[in-house]
Amino acid sequence: MSSELETAANPARLKRVVIEPLSRVEGHGKITILLDNDDHVQQVRLHIVEFRGFEKFIQGRPYWEIPVMVQRLCGICPVSHHLAAAKALDQVVGVDHLTPTADKIRRLMHYGQILQSHALHFFHLSSPDLLFGFDSDVARRNIVGVAAKYPDIARQGVLLRRFGQEVIRVTAGKRVHGTGAIPGGVNKAVTQAERDELLEDIYHVIAWCRSAVELAKRLHLTNVGLYNSFGAFRSNLLSLVAPDGGMDLYHGVMRARDSNGDIIFDKVDYSRYWDHLTEEVRPWSYMKFPYIRALGADAGWYKVGPLARVQNCDHIPTPFAEAERCEFVDFGSGQPVHATLAYHWTRMIELLFAAESIKGLLHDDDIMGDELVVRGERRERGVGVIEAPRGTLIHHYRINEDDQAVRANLIVSTTHNNQAMNEAIRHVAKRYLDGRKLTEGLLNHIEVAIRAFDPCLSCATHALGKMPFHVELIDAEGQCIDTLVKSSLERCP
Amino acid sequence: MTAEGKTASFQLDGATVPFEPGQTVIQAALAAGHYIPHLCYHPEFKPHGSCRVCTVEVDGRTVASCTLQAQDGMEVLSQSDRLRKEHQTLVQMLFVEGNHFCPSCEQSGNCRLQAVAYDLDIMSAELDHLFPNRPVDASHPEILLEFNRCILCELCVRASAEVDGKNVFALSGRGITKHLIVNAESGRLADTDIAVTDKAMEVCPVGVILRKGVGFRVPIGERRFDRQPISAQAREDAPRRPTTGNEDST
Ligand code: SF4
Repeated sequence: MSSELETAANPARLKRVVIEPLSRVEGHGKITILLDNDDHVQQVRLHIVEFRGFEKFIQGRPYWEIPVMVQRLCGICPVSHHLAAAKALDQVVGVDHLTPTADKIRRLMHYGQILQSHALHFFHLSSPDLLFGFDSDVARRNIVGVAAKYPDIARQGVLLRRFGQEVIRVTAGKRVHGTGAIPGGVNKAVTQAERDELLEDIYHVIAWCRSAVELAKRLHLTNVGLYNSFGAFRSNLLSLVAPDGGMDLYHGVMRARDSNGDIIFDKVDYSRYWDHLTEEVRPWSYMKFPYIRALGADAGWYKVGPLARVQNCDHIPTPFAEAERCEFVDFGSGQPVHATLAYHWTRMIELLFAAESIKGLLHDDDIMGDELVVRGERRERGVGVIEAPRGTLIHHYRINEDDQAVRANLIVSTTHNNQAMNEAIRHVAKRYLDGRKLTEGLLNHIEVAIRAFDPCLSCATHALGKMPFHVELIDAEGQCIDTLVKSSLERCP
Repeated sequence: MTAEGKTASFQLDGATVPFEPGQTVIQAALAAGHYIPHLCYHPEFKPHGSCRVCTVEVDGRTVASCTLQAQDGMEVLSQSDRLRKEHQTLVQMLFVEGNHFCPSCEQSGNCRLQAVAYDLDIMSAELDHLFPNRPVDASHPEILLEFNRCILCELCVRASAEVDGKNVFALSGRGITKHLIVNAESGRLADTDIAVTDKAMEVCPVGVILRKGVGFRVPIGERRFDRQPISAQAREDAPRRPTTGNEDST
């Protein structure tokens, strides 16, 4: 698979364009584009600085503190970290099966998180680009612009997100940074009043999710040439699926397919993920590059997240989402769809799946049960894997006999997608930047490609969906000859 | 009662507070439902006067109300601007002398230090953190000691000695290096005779002495000081006779 443009033949003699988001602490990304003297793209790299202090940070901490502590490491999907850690610690306290109440409360929490995160991503962050066009007027290309031109869409986005947050609050105790999942179970069930309150809205929610799928589909189909080719690249696919092959974002077995859709491995117990996955370090990036062991680093990288999941499963267990999945699969005409922008369409299919799953869980009396926690024989290690909004998330801990964490390994969704995002921006850069002068619209194409993956960078979810880029144009001698602040296209003095 | 047969009382911020002979100002105030911030005071133990958080003003002098004997006709001030500032500074000092990370602390919501701080509108430490190095002691199979959160109130020292008769804990060092230790040659809690039913297990006002594995079983939001601010729970701290965790409640 392509890694053309990863390393230029003679980088020292090329101009360098640096696109650097000026952003906060959770994640930090930078894109370097090396141009030759004719402005042809020679090398493209996405550098992401991960938060790597975690392993040190948890050393010596009692294990029961970890699910609450880890969600502080990422302000973007705290619930996913909370649940992945709790799942790992279930194994540590010797629990392979939660009570039905605990299992369903955690699922409810997780689908609430999927719903709010997917809604935020599509409506707040991506819809301005998709509805107005990638080169359109920056002043309008934001959620405020969407609200002015398409008030219903913007309103539904806000309400869907709020509903997801309510589901989280009811199950986790708080909208952000709750404490609901504990090793071996949960600490609270749902009350009748909470259940009634959520049930009151669920039918609207499902209807809005259905229109969201329609919208994403329509955007793709009305501009199918662009959507199919933009940043498209072939790769393997990885996700959890239910043991019967159905979609399950909370729990399951690991499955990988190749770019033709053929199975690479299936029914893999994630407790031994390292038998199948490993990570490579490259000198130019702080973030590792995971790959499927059996295929090697060059051929074994893969994508995770909605586009992988919707095509990796055999069916979706809820009716509306399943109908949409079938339509999407038909669109691929027997081949997996590898279009980067199809992430949006599949993300909305998952949004609908999350809403339907929430409905099913709300109608289940187990969510009001009182058997919350179980305990078993203490074990030394635990692995928890969950399909977070952005893709597969792995938490792995070793706990000593005094109950303290001694080691941790986390592989987050954005790391799984590291190579895939690099590929996407290489294609886009080559197609749209080659031989052209830099403009905000052109650089935004790159941003659009990265954003399709919904990477876990604070810059990607920055206020109003704008990634503030700092662009530096550096000539062959290393001199900065121009600076561009992307958000306002100001030229620095 | 006074010599004339009427109930003895003092004035606290303008309110009349009755008291029984031998009571301290804080004991009488709490019994009457008046809150004065406090941390090292405990309703079942002799006052200690070390944290100074219960400082009040009498005749222009500041004194710890937990060691001040109530006197008939006395005028006590606990709520002036100046005292509030003083209370805030004292509590902020306790935060920076240890390592407190409330968001992932399992005691959050049940912690007195946190509750007193919220009540005083302390939202940041404002002083330089000392960042002491205090490794946790996880050696005991059932009990965890998280020294990072210790405020040196000595309640565990007192409870272990006076009620449990064990002397499991002690303070060591002086001044800024003063710290809580375990009375065992190895220094490890596993090598003491502490038991989870000991009084020392239930008196810690912060999150130092913890029963292992309990963690977040009670959700944040449903804990004691989540329900009501500490200042609305004064009567809970009214003086009472010591009990041990072993006692039959009948
Ligand atoms: S002991 Fe209290 S003040 Fe300290 S971290 Fe825990 S909750 Fe916060």
